[in-house]
Amino acid sequence: MSATTENTVHEMAAQKYKYGFTTDIAMEEFPKGLNEDIVRLISAKKSEPAWMLDWRLKAFAMWQKMEEPHWARIHHPPIDYDDLYYYAAPSAPAPKSLDEVDPSLLDMYEKLGIPLNERAALAGVAVDAVFDSVSVATTFRETLSKAGVIFCPISEAVREHPELVREYLGSVVPVADNYFAALNSAVFSDGSFVYIPKGVRCPMELSTYFRINAKNTGQFERTLIIAAEGASVSYLEGCTAPMRDENQLHAAVVELVALDEAKIKYSTVQNWYPGDADGKGGIYNFVTKRGACRGRNSKISWTQVETGSAITWKYPSCILQGDGSVGEFYSVAVTNNFQQADTGTKMIHLGKNTSSTIISKGISAGHSNNTYRGLVKIMPGASGARNFTQCDSLLIGDQCGAHTVPYIESRNMSAKVEHEATTSKIAEDQLFYCRSRGLSQEDAVGLIVNGFCKDVLKELPMEFAVEAQKLLSVSLEGSVG
Amino acid sequence: MLEIKNLHARIGEKEILRGVNLVVPDGEIHAIMGPNGAGKSTLSYVLSGRDGYEVTEGEAIYNGQNVLEMEPEVRAAAGIFLAFQYPVELTGVGNANFLRTALNAIRRKRGEAELDAVAFLKLARAAAKTLQMKEDFLKRNVNVGFSGGEKKRNEMLQMALLQPGLAILDETDSGLDIDALKIVAEGVNALRSPKFSALVITHYQRLLDHIVPDVVHVLAGGRIVRSGSKELALELEAHGYAGLEAA
Repeated sequence: MSATTENTVHEMAAQKYKYGFTTDIAMEEFPKGLNEDIVRLISAKKSEPAWMLDWRLKAFAMWQKMEEPHWARIHHPPIDYDDLYYYAAPSAPAPKSLDEVDPSLLDMYEKLGIPLNERAALAGVAVDAVFDSVSVATTFRETLSKAGVIFCPISEAVREHPELVREYLGSVVPVADNYFAALNSAVFSDGSFVYIPKGVRCPMELSTYFRINAKNTGQFERTLIIAAEGASVSYLEGCTAPMRDENQLHAAVVELVALDEAKIKYSTVQNWYPGDADGKGGIYNFVTKRGACRGRNSKISWTQVETGSAITWKYPSCILQGDGSVGEFYSVAVTNNFQQADTGTKMIHLGKNTSSTIISKGISAGHSNNTYRGLVKIMPGASGARNFTQCDSLLIGDQCGAHTVPYIESRNMSAKVEHEATTSKIAEDQLFYCRSRGLSQEDAVGLIVNGFCKDVLKELPMEFAVEAQKLLSVSLEGSVG
Repeated sequence: MLEIKNLHARIGEKEILRGVNLVVPDGEIHAIMGPNGAGKSTLSYVLSGRDGYEVTEGEAIYNGQNVLEMEPEVRAAAGIFLAFQYPVELTGVGNANFLRTALNAIRRKRGEAELDAVAFLKLARAAAKTLQMKEDFLKRNVNVGFSGGEKKRNEMLQMALLQPGLAILDETDSGLDIDALKIVAEGVNALRSPKFSALVITHYQRLLDHIVPDVVHVLAGGRIVRSGSKELALELEAHGYAGLEAA
């Protein structure tokens, strides 16, 4: 590559993370460190009932006895859990309506392309905006409540809909499921709660936009989505963070429950700050996401486009309990520079004639490492269960790594499990072919990568598929040459 | 006009082109023939800017610009088109999307307005029809699962849409049956105009029955060793390349 191209590529790489700004706003932070008092403070701050505090304290006690997991193919210096803030929120009193939201926050979301003003908002998409530890605004609540849909910050749900929260919280991801889930259970501060009542098709796309702003602060959001019998909902989450030299911790838990004939589609466009080109800074993204297909013929579909974070550790999974239930996992994970991703899914087949599909596309560039880790488990009762898995890895350059770690466990003779895997490189001849037709090197990479990911991108809600395509190209800028 | 002067190029330590001199005026079609290993494909790659070929001496001027200093995409915008001997497969990339992206990239560089999807499809369908290609061609992924003949026709479709000033056809006839060969030839002939020129690289005379060249050159040992009228091709067909290398 000529010197001029190389320069442009470097310039592009330098400006590529456009969400890296910080917002100046008066904040209330709890003292650094984690102990029972902090847990009590968070609970008190949210005016939680006693049962919720007990739940948190139990989780905290369990977490203290647990150890950080080290089985994933990721490396990071030890995390000092006592050097973090566990609660940070704008200090102004919680706004009662959009009109009361601090204008500088509205500006910030505007800048991120998420206008919270309902007139300006993307038609057909309701947004819950979570800023550090709290939800700052939820749009279209009235429209939704007319349909009987509950879409609110989870802290509000704990107070307003305790019967639902008590029944389902921790029912899919138990408190002591893993180290980060236990930590989240103790200190989660906000996140979204969704309840779609029986027979209701949610009239809009629901979406939560997570923003980490404060320094040295962990974000521990908790999302709980319940689709009652015959209900359906499509939910999308997006995430960004400022560019900071320190690593920031994000440990979320997402639980989905689908009852008989219910459908939940959960899409993620994860664009946390990935760190700079030398691997400095970036978010540690340790997330537990799991859906339970409790009901007959229920369906849970995870679609994720992961381009951000210094480290990604997440395995959105499905427990296929109801007979005939369906689990899907469509994933694109991109790593560039020094990013590390260890991601995949678990499909646990319990019910008869359950089926699951896993399509994973891993793209590694720079010095990054990208691992697919997946489990397909067919339990003895899951007669007629079927799984199809396809894992494709694309390497760009020769300093990166792609790893595939599939576990398949079948305890039922009638089950059918298929696994296909490929690893390929963006070939020099593909790039040259595109360039000889007039495409720039960057456009050529974008075209080839988007082609590679097409099977996954087509699963995203249309409004976001275009965004995701652009994001892929931006994430890989400067990766060839 | 393309003017190649004393062009030397190598791959690694191996010198492949050893002083190629060639002039292709606008409006003319020149054929390049020669034995295996003569440097025919190297010449086409050097002219279109593929990595891995080091030019050690000489120049190639197209319309007053030294193309050897340009990135491949800049050469494409300047009007140079290479029809590949082995067209490359692009999984997941739709043919229509690829063609439109390419055409618009070139139009942008030329300062022309980009085509929207509707205008493009109209153009592409007409071109596909001329080349007797089924319409689903445009919907399929670029070259994926195409037969040899379909791939070559796809190259011609790209050429028809991108409207180059200079087309380099690198053994486009290899692997084609006679019907496909005629269609490819028609694709080239359709572009003939006082502003269009082509370098047709081929092993066999039979393509030249359909694309009648103005001049035939013989490339051997990294140099043009003979040039002549179209009858030279017949002579080569009858007597082979033996003895030419020393000439």
